[in-house]
Amino acid sequence: MALNPQCVGTKYPPARPYPVESETIRRFAEAIGDPAAVYTDPESARALGHPDAVAPPTFPFIVVARAVRDVVDFEELGFDATYVVHGNQRFDYGRPVRSGDRLVTTLEITGARKLRGRDVLSLRADLADADGAHVVTTHMTFVSMNAVEGGERDDDRR
Amino acid sequence: MTIGAEEVEVGMRLPTRTVTLTRADLVRYAGASEDFNPVHWNPRVAREAGMPDVIAHGMLTMAVAARAVTDWVRDPGAIVEYHTRFSKPVVVPDDDRGTDIEIQGHIGALLDGGRARIDLTVTSGGAKVLSEARAVVRLKP
Repeated sequence: MALNPQCVGTKYPPARPYPVESETIRRFAEAIGDPAAVYTDPESARALGHPDAVAPPTFPFIVVARAVRDVVDFEELGFDATYVVHGNQRFDYGRPVRSGDRLVTTLEITGARKLRGRDVLSLRADLADADGAHVVTTHMTFVSMNAVEGGERDDDRR
Repeated sequence: MTIGAEEVEVGMRLPTRTVTLTRADLVRYAGASEDFNPVHWNPRVAREAGMPDVIAHGMLTMAVAARAVTDWVRDPGAIVEYHTRFSKPVVVPDDDRGTDIEIQGHIGALLDGGRARIDLTVTSGGAKVLSEARAVVRLKP
């Protein structure tokens, strides 16, 4: 299987809306060890000018990952997703995600290349709320790791 | 209230913090993020993928590093950009000690529009686990 460079530019149809619930945010904030009240207490969030409890800044990745699982067929792209690691990740925020949002994710393949013998897939995701307003844009790369017989994979040392 | 522009200078350091991740934390994060990639809980699969042992989700490391920024700026809504490269995996062995991640940050630049760039240095066992980790925040005028 080899990653097909022709897939660059593919724009996927919008994924089904992801309803952001306060309990999901609470569970996520607990899992990352952040007790800040802005994530769980609507009053604290309103004191900072938000309409409701907001999600921590990396929360949108959950929404994007769900959309990727829904609409992207890695096999079709020639991308071996058996052992995938995250290469890099970028968020550009219009506003924080918040409890009550219904987020629609639109994905686009922005890159398909080889780096040190491994396939690297680049994706862009734009998340909009139910009114179509931009909430956050993410850019990310996923690296397909080859199975090795023990030992660490080599990484650059920067 | 978001930190004010008058309180911020280039070179200012954020308080250094250390976060410890255990296997249990990885399980909790897998459930909360719906990322059930077995390299984050299964040692056999982690080794098949070329890791010495189970590794933390890159996004979990990115999330704990973000807290240095959100605590300092006092409002997660003040973050306008956040990005990083995942340079080295965080190996989390099966013990009660866990793995420490050190997070340091400093103001790398003041940008127009009342924004500041925070440069993070995130290490574990002396090696950078995130590189080019930066956040841009909007300060209170």
